[in-house]
Amino acid sequence: MLVKNPEPFEAPLRGTVYGTLLNFRGALAALGDSVNQPPLKAPPKAPILYIKPRNTFAADGDAVSLPDGVDALEFGASLALVIGRTACRVAERDALDVIAGYAIANDVSVPHQPYYRPSLRFKCRDGYCPIGAVVPRGAVPDPDALAITVEVDGEVVQRAHTSTLIRPVEKLLADVTEFMTLSRGDLLLIGVPEGAPRLRAGQRATIRIDGLGELRNHVVAA
Amino acid sequence: MKRARVAYAGAVHDATPHRDGLQLADGRVLTEDAVVWLPPIAPLGTILALGLNYAEHAKELAKELTTSAKDEPLVFLKGPNTLIGHRGLTRRPNGAGFMHYECELAVVIGRSAKNVKRADAMAHVAGYTVANDYAIRDYLENYYRPNLRVKNRDGCTALGPWLVDAADVPAPGALDLSTHVNGKLVQHGNTRDLVTGIAELIEYLSSFMTLAPGDVILTGTPEGVVDVQPGDEVVCEIEGIGRLVNTIVGDAPFGR
Repeated sequence: MLVKNPEPFEAPLRGTVYGTLLNFRGALAALGDSVNQPPLKAPPKAPILYIKPRNTFAADGDAVSLPDGVDALEFGASLALVIGRTACRVAERDALDVIAGYAIANDVSVPHQPYYRPSLRFKCRDGYCPIGAVVPRGAVPDPDALAITVEVDGEVVQRAHTSTLIRPVEKLLADVTEFMTLSRGDLLLIGVPEGAPRLRAGQRATIRIDGLGELRNHVVAA
Repeated sequence: MKRARVAYAGAVHDATPHRDGLQLADGRVLTEDAVVWLPPIAPLGTILALGLNYAEHAKELAKELTTSAKDEPLVFLKGPNTLIGHRGLTRRPNGAGFMHYECELAVVIGRSAKNVKRADAMAHVAGYTVANDYAIRDYLENYYRPNLRVKNRDGCTALGPWLVDAADVPAPGALDLSTHVNGKLVQHGNTRDLVTGIAELIEYLSSFMTLAPGDVILTGTPEGVVDVQPGDEVVCEIEGIGRLVNTIVGDAPFGR
């Protein structure tokens, strides 16, 4: 069920935004045997996280700028968990309690592979993390049962579902908070599904996640 | 000028050096061990860190690197959960095989920087402090390496004691760095050996991301990293900037 424009609530102040690499089974499968070859050599074991720093924060409706020499940007539709209270060594059974709400995030990247080195130049450019309105946790009965769709210029180009996560939400929170504390206002993006679309200058995308409304962004030439 | 942030007698204070230790803004003079030292940067923005930014350190790690080609600086980000102040305690997980310190010059941004050329870059620096950026190599994976499980653990990045105004550091590109473990010299270098210097780093980073006041760049560590164990006292010192003390502890104080 889609709620077109859910009522926003008073969300915690924005803290640190963490993304999770390759947490959809299909996204990992899409790499094929390359995960066993150099430089990667093995599939990920623990959660692989990255940070979308404050210069990347943007909002619904914002344009995303295409750098010189790049044809298209990858729009990474992701469910964002909005942390409501200090989360350190959270047990899976308690994990949903640390979530204040949910939002749609668009984890924008200059397409790149392999994932051997951190890639600030590809993932941390100004405006490369639009984030939609936060809805309270109670509005989403099960974060592991949400359909994600992405439309580009009015045509659905990606369909995914959070039931295909390698680490479902509770497991992800438990494994992440084993080694780092999340604080109120932090966001944890659960991952970008396989088949993320690439947009050229002038193209517009709408990301929809069940119960969270939509997030619209477009690409402009620099 | 050198400034610190400390907690004392129920409040957080700004402090300056004093011959007997430190002096709070309200005049009280205290010994170094009478206060709790906090990271000296507030408000804190994005934490950027360099890997392999000293040629000799890159050589030291070369045998475990999958690729050696280096066409641009290796930069990664850290979250605020990882920061602790001077005289803090850092946990070494039971069973870890190789945990090491990294003494680094930390550059604090004071003025917004976007597309800044290196000739103008230093005007965007507010000041400097000392960082000790621990790594636990057991957790390295070949994805966005060094991954956050290695580099963004709670309490694994010590900063301080002082934030030193840029105006008082005329030659940030020629500072001696050293680390002592239990009084023994284990790491020594000089910021003149940075592969990518401070001005070049600001030029590079600001070419794709806007740096803002409170952002901090940890510029990398020289060679000489060795394993540390619970009970070890690790002292990172940078000429003219400060002497940052940290103690390694085990799992027990954390109830693990």
